[in-house]
Amino acid sequence: MKQKKILIVDDEPNIVMSLEYAFKKKDFEVFIARDGTEALEISNKQKPDLILLDIMMPEMDGYETLKRVRENKDLAHTKVVFLSAKSKEKDVEKGLEMGADSYMTKPFSIKKVISDIEELLA
Amino acid sequence: MSNYAVGLVIVLYLSMLFVLAYFAEKNKRSKWTNNPYVYTLSLAVYCTAWTYYGSVGIASSSGISFLAIYLGPVIALPLWIVLMKKVIRISKQHKISSIADFISMRYGNNRQLGALVTLTCLFAIIPYISLQLKAVSETFSLISGKVSYESSVFFDDSTFYIALLIAVFVAFYGTLSTDTSDHRKGIVATVALESILKLCFFLVIGIYITFYLFDGTSDIYNQASLQENFEQLTSFGGVENGFNWLFTICLSFFAIFLLPRQFHVAVVENDNESHLRKAIWLFPLYLLLFNVFVIFIAWAGNISLPETVNYDYYSLLLPLQENDYGLALMVFIGGFTTVISMIVVSTLSLSTMVSNNIVIPYGFIKTLVEGNPEENTKRIKNIRRIAVFLLIIIAYFFYIRFSAQLSLYSIGLISFLIIAQLAPSFFLGLTWRRGTARGAEMGILIGLAVVFYTLFLPIISKAAMPELDFDIEGFFGYAWLRPAHFFGLDYLTPESNAFFWSMSLNTIGFVGLSLRTKGNYRERNYAEMFVNHENYGNLQEGGFIWKGEAYVTDIKRLLSRFLGEQRTNRALRLFNKKYNISETEERADARLINFSEKLLTGSIGIASAKILLASVSKETPISLTEVLNILEESKETKANNKLLREKSEELAAMTQQLKAANEELLIQDKLKDEFLDTVAHELKTPITSIKAASEVLEDENMPPELRNRFLENINQDTDRLSTLIHNILDLEKLSGNRTELDIREYNMSDTVKKAIKGVEQIASKKEVKIKFSNKEKVFAFYDEDRILQVLTNLLSNSLKFTEPHNGRIKILLENLDNEVLVAIEDNGRGIPDEDRDYIFEKFYQSKNQNIKKPKGSGLGLAICKKIVESHKGAIIVDKNFNTGARMIFSIPKQQ
Repeated sequence: MKQKKILIVDDEPNIVMSLEYAFKKKDFEVFIARDGTEALEISNKQKPDLILLDIMMPEMDGYETLKRVRENKDLAHTKVVFLSAKSKEKDVEKGLEMGADSYMTKPFSIKKVISDIEELLA
Repeated sequence: MSNYAVGLVIVLYLSMLFVLAYFAEKNKRSKWTNNPYVYTLSLAVYCTAWTYYGSVGIASSSGISFLAIYLGPVIALPLWIVLMKKVIRISKQHKISSIADFISMRYGNNRQLGALVTLTCLFAIIPYISLQLKAVSETFSLISGKVSYESSVFFDDSTFYIALLIAVFVAFYGTLSTDTSDHRKGIVATVALESILKLCFFLVIGIYITFYLFDGTSDIYNQASLQENFEQLTSFGGVENGFNWLFTICLSFFAIFLLPRQFHVAVVENDNESHLRKAIWLFPLYLLLFNVFVIFIAWAGNISLPETVNYDYYSLLLPLQENDYGLALMVFIGGFTTVISMIVVSTLSLSTMVSNNIVIPYGFIKTLVEGNPEENTKRIKNIRRIAVFLLIIIAYFFYIRFSAQLSLYSIGLISFLIIAQLAPSFFLGLTWRRGTARGAEMGILIGLAVVFYTLFLPIISKAAMPELDFDIEGFFGYAWLRPAHFFGLDYLTPESNAFFWSMSLNTIGFVGLSLRTKGNYRERNYAEMFVNHENYGNLQEGGFIWKGEAYVTDIKRLLSRFLGEQRTNRALRLFNKKYNISETEERADARLINFSEKLLTGSIGIASAKILLASVSKETPISLTEVLNILEESKETKANNKLLREKSEELAAMTQQLKAANEELLIQDKLKDEFLDTVAHELKTPITSIKAASEVLEDENMPPELRNRFLENINQDTDRLSTLIHNILDLEKLSGNRTELDIREYNMSDTVKKAIKGVEQIASKKEVKIKFSNKEKVFAFYDEDRILQVLTNLLSNSLKFTEPHNGRIKILLENLDNEVLVAIEDNGRGIPDEDRDYIFEKFYQSKNQNIKKPKGSGLGLAICKKIVESHKGAIIVDKNFNTGARMIFSIPKQQ
């Protein structure tokens, strides 16, 4: 089985560090982006299978990033999952409406995140 | 002087009045035509040729009794003001345009009574007008040196042409508008001017005679006292004479209310009730001035002129005797002026009464109903114009026929006597609810009959059948039926006798019949509204009681016959709006009937308006109790409506306030929601981090150095969490003004140095230099811990945003008169323009709320601002500083 590529986009280094460690442990190929702009650059190069996307970030926010990813034909197979502290029902609805494949809220359980994502990529 | 020259002067003078009337009419709204002085002066139309010439005549033959006719109005003026207020209010409310309208309206809008009052006025005023013509004619022949009219036929007579000229003047200006409740500013302004002219001219001639022809008043007195009848001329006489005085005073008091021309200028033309207040002193003053020289002119005439001349014209004859033609002409013009103003106003009001109370209701109404609006306007105007002409012509012939037998003074008294017959129904009508139309008619008829018998009969019989002298022998030989001495009251003058008996019998007839008959509901309705006017004054259309069936379309059709389509539609639209009635309403109610009646009243008079409306509606009678109930109800409704309106206005205001408060709350609420959202988010981030790290740490195979890093992360995030919580609580404390500041005197330099010391370690680590060169001591009162917090926060921000190694931070301290100013500047990346206004808000995030602000708690500057403000100071970003950021705060030295 080919190694899955995952791009983690978040501006909080401590959270990213934990996620990176956990995903690598599960044999994912992990890429890190600090904001939306960086995320798009890496996506273009690496064509990740899945992007784990924060919403509130400096410069370009998660919504805009998702929109750009969806516009890119090369990334047609890339799944996008929001991982945000915005946990109200309407935030979740909005995220899914914008075309995210799943919406997970912070704080989260890493085990749950990984199992959901594995399921999504199966 | 040739009579052509005098004729030319008259024509010139009349054309001047034409022009004046024209301009006054054009400038209706101007202050010149709408002021209490014009109003009071127009009241002086009371002074006619009777005053101008006749007073002198009466003073020269019967002494000071001429004064009675002016004392009446002067004595009665306070009462006049009180009653006038009521009369004016009622008249305005009911669109009343004449005394006939007023009286007939009071008695249930009775057509017959209106006609009777009009006839009474005609009887009274036609001789009065002829008196004016007599004066003009006689003075005209005196000044032009011609013999008087009697030798010539009327088209040879200059008086006839003068009368025609006057008729043209009135017909043209008085009938410009068909709505008689419209004001005629042009006429009123000319009347006011004429009042000034006649007074001035009379005073000039008085002064001329007293001080130029004689050596002042005492000279005249001394010379006059040598004359044989002087005693009689200066005494008031005994008891009998006292009665005569009393009656004359009463008579003139009635006249000032009831004469059609007085009613016209005082009530119909009144446009501001407050004008009455000026009249209360100005009008008596006017009358007084007019009478100052009367007695001296009379004495002077008695002294210098032969007994054969007409003593009425002493004021003209005296200058003529001295060959002072200029002055004589002035006196003549003055007299002509008084005549003009009297005739103009009298014929104007009479023609309205004749057309509205006799011609239209008794003959023309059918034609009018069938005609279109333009034709109707023309017809109504023509009726009035013809009436004006006829009145003056009839007066002219009356003068030809009777004036030889009568002096000016006696014609004037006859007029007053006839008009006084309206007094019982007018005055009692205002105060006594029981008075009925039939009673009023009866009273007036009896009074007229008595006047005719006691005064006219002797005059007519003397003129027609001089041989039949029943004034001395009495009717059928009965001495108590002698007209001038009815029931044997021998000591009264014929006029006082007539007054006494006519008024007594008139009043008895009126009261007696009123008590015996019961008026219909209309009469009682209006009686209630007139007598207790102040109760219903503001009821407007609601005060009129009417029950029956009528349709809006019929009424509309009727109205447009007189007002035209456009005006009718506009009036009805306004009406519907005022009473909140639907445009599609088919049935007419009492208010519409009353409203339409008022609209029509202006054009065709009250009587005809009622007839016309009755023709398009089916009225059912109502009982008196119903009338009173409805009046009471509408009064209550009115009061309730007013209360409701006030309440609803209050409510509206309160709703507005509540709305504003609610909006404020909503904003506050939204801000609070946003704040809580942000706080939640800010708290979630370190918690998420801690939770994730601890989960990862469960892996026992993790290399120790990595494990240490995760543990370090947890430590960091815990600190972040506690700082955040501390700041939130701090901000809340500052926002609620619950902080107790520990204020003492400190040296700001020391405080700054302490702050620098606090961040020194981080600065040196980052190799950022902090410069503070002020050595001066700046003392001020503040809470040092709090100000230290501000300084530390600002310094930390600067440290955060400056580059390592070459970062520079500079602190400036300024010692101003009353405040201390601290500026902290750095060479970092600065604050973007669009963010400057918001950085002091808690958790401020740039325009897009999903974009994160730079690192930090997001509360630091908000806390700084609160602290500075709690010291009554201010904190700002310096906009002019471009090479980094410069924050400035100031606090007053004394708290």
